[in-house]
Amino acid sequence: MSSNKKEFPRALEDEAIYILREAAAQFERPAILFSGGKDSITLVRLAQKAFYPGKIPFPLLHVDTAHNFPETIEFRDWLVAKTGVDLVVGYVQDDIDAKRVAEEKGKFASRNTLQTVTLLRMIEEQKFDACIGGARRDEEKARAKERIFSVRDEFGQWDAKNQRPELFEFLNGRIKPGENVRVFPISNWTELDVWNYIKEEELDIPSIYFTHERDVIIRDGVLWPISDFIYRDADEEIIKKKVRFRTVGDMSCTAALASEADTLETIIDEIISATLSERGTRLDDKRAEAAMEIRKVSGYF
Amino acid sequence: MEVLRIATAGSVDDGKSTLIGRLLYETNSITTDRLEAIHKASQRKGIDFVDLSLLTDGLIAEREQGITIDVAHIYFQTPKRKFIIADSPGHVEYTRNMITGASHAEVSVILVDARLGILDQTHRHYYIAHLLRIPNVIVCVNKMDLIGYEEEKFRAIEKQFTEFANQIKAADQRIQFIPISSLYGENITKRSEKINWYKGHALLEVLESLDASPKESTAKSRFPVQYIIRPRTEEFHDFRGYAGRVASGRFVEGDSVTILPSMRTSTIDKIYQYNQVIAQADTRQSVVITLKDDVDVSRGDMIVKTGEEPEQKKELDADICWLNNEPMKGTKTYLMQTGTSLTKAKIASVEYVKIPSTLEQLPATALKMNEIARVKIKTAKGIASDAYKENPSNGSFILIDEYSNNTVAVGFLN
Ligand SMILES: Nc1nc2c(ncn2[C@@H]2O[C@H](COP(=O)(O)OP(=O)(O)O)[C@@H](O)[C@H]2O)c(=O)[nH]1
Repeated sequence: MSSNKKEFPRALEDEAIYILREAAAQFERPAILFSGGKDSITLVRLAQKAFYPGKIPFPLLHVDTAHNFPETIEFRDWLVAKTGVDLVVGYVQDDIDAKRVAEEKGKFASRNTLQTVTLLRMIEEQKFDACIGGARRDEEKARAKERIFSVRDEFGQWDAKNQRPELFEFLNGRIKPGENVRVFPISNWTELDVWNYIKEEELDIPSIYFTHERDVIIRDGVLWPISDFIYRDADEEIIKKKVRFRTVGDMSCTAALASEADTLETIIDEIISATLSERGTRLDDKRAEAAMEIRKVSGYF
Repeated sequence: MEVLRIATAGSVDDGKSTLIGRLLYETNSITTDRLEAIHKASQRKGIDFVDLSLLTDGLIAEREQGITIDVAHIYFQTPKRKFIIADSPGHVEYTRNMITGASHAEVSVILVDARLGILDQTHRHYYIAHLLRIPNVIVCVNKMDLIGYEEEKFRAIEKQFTEFANQIKAADQRIQFIPISSLYGENITKRSEKINWYKGHALLEVLESLDASPKESTAKSRFPVQYIIRPRTEEFHDFRGYAGRVASGRFVEGDSVTILPSMRTSTIDKIYQYNQVIAQADTRQSVVITLKDDVDVSRGDMIVKTGEEPEQKKELDADICWLNNEPMKGTKTYLMQTGTSLTKAKIASVEYVKIPSTLEQLPATALKMNEIARVKIKTAKGIASDAYKENPSNGSFILIDEYSNNTVAVGFLN
């Protein structure tokens, strides 16, 4: 494989910084949606760069499902301490306790879809007028049509057929009270771009991205990490395997990847030769061909 | 690594989706789980081969109707470059989407069905590439397999296209023609053996070697101020930095600069890229500039090199495309954005509406969605812009409806 695929295209960084500065200039109270994953870690770095020597002018917003990898929360708290950025946490459990949402049941139960309600509640409580997310257009085909400034109505809904045209560098973030904008600075990055960036910038990432031994079950050819949050049939056997994670979502819907990759270099090699797409390890997208679009319409990132 | 942005245009069924699918497939950009999903979807549709066009049609409504409605973004990479394709629909009612997709592009790829030849739509696609002054146009004559890879038909299409283009073509625009078959992969990533009379390169080879440097890099220096950085920390107590992206030209430490609209002058003290002080900032770089003097600068102002100041005008000539369902009203006030600057504006008159497929100019007083027109605009504040053809980045603008907040038009200044 050519070494050129391992070079980060710097034009993408200039573009992302431009977008972050537009968000800071056009909105009164933006927040960075922070999951602890590599995309949101990248966003934090870009925000540091965009506003240096000033401090990042917005807080991180974490929607906590309580089904996190412990490593992610540990990492989040470490990053917050290191960068001095403010952190706001919205708990899905609060919405469950208040009976605003009901827990899913059954084998494929996940709190992933419940996050939307907590996110919208936090937006309202905290009066966020913009949420900056690390979604990328290459992740999934509904996202391929997403704008960089994506206007959501009062209910957080995405109207795919009625999006504001985005021409040249112009980002029009004007909204009415109650409306909200999702901002996607790394829209044009691919998974490989993110990894190359992390490597060139020497960014720290949670340990679960690297290979480690873990108890898993194999279901439909997919490796599921054993945790308190995953339902297991009696005949599903627990085995130990060397795995790593390619995305860090909710423990209940993020599958592991059999891998020996223990450095950024070897992760990048793995991705260049990968035969499985990133969202292929996300159970939530496999539910239906149009899964992502349906969730976006209802206010998911 | 460089990024090349491509806009694709074609009428329905010309094979645009198949072409893009083919490019992704042959550059190993499709992962096995996606291929599998497409394989399944193809079987459900009762097709016995893998329908590569299913890779690009993203939205539910599009899959139902089998057409492309919005602009989709597709990414792939070769060892030479990273490519971003903006794929937009070809129907007349999607002119605005085509313009949106093309507004970021350095290359326009126009598809023509070899059996059907040049259609009205082909004219419209080229007209958009012309209006946006996209430096490179590649006309792919597709489905060559269905006409027996015959040279004569290809040459006839080439000639007819050239005759149309020559009526309006800018001197610095380059047009190339490639005979291809997307379905069979002829001349897509490597030279076709079946089309041996064609001496040029395959599509991907052309895309890999095109000059991608923006026109702005040789234009006059413009720096629209996005955001003011004032840390007020002990270490940076009096720091006042102007954050922005160089729209055109180049700024060097020590340059004498003029601030618009105030026309105050100063000198560049330092240029920061994150925590590094750099000697110069080139086109499209995001930086922070500090000045030697304590002049008043805010978002919407523009820093330019002294001696390169643009004229500030309140009456402007422009071509615009109307993007909104609600027609243009001559009596209404819109917000006009150039760079990071906003001002109130009115469309004083519509000179004519242009019919892209025939190049006819018709008189008009109002404008509907997708119409392209030559207009005169009056603004409340002076606009420090350049002609679009010399400096696209400082010669383009959008109009915003103050009540709906929608972006209702895009324009190109003359
Ligand atoms: N014979 C032949 N058929 C093609 C070629 N390219 C596309 N097609 C077919 O033309 C039809 C329309 O193609 P599609 O890619 O969906 O067109 P789009 O509407 O422009 O995206 C499909 O049935 C394709 O299989 C080609 O090069 N040769």
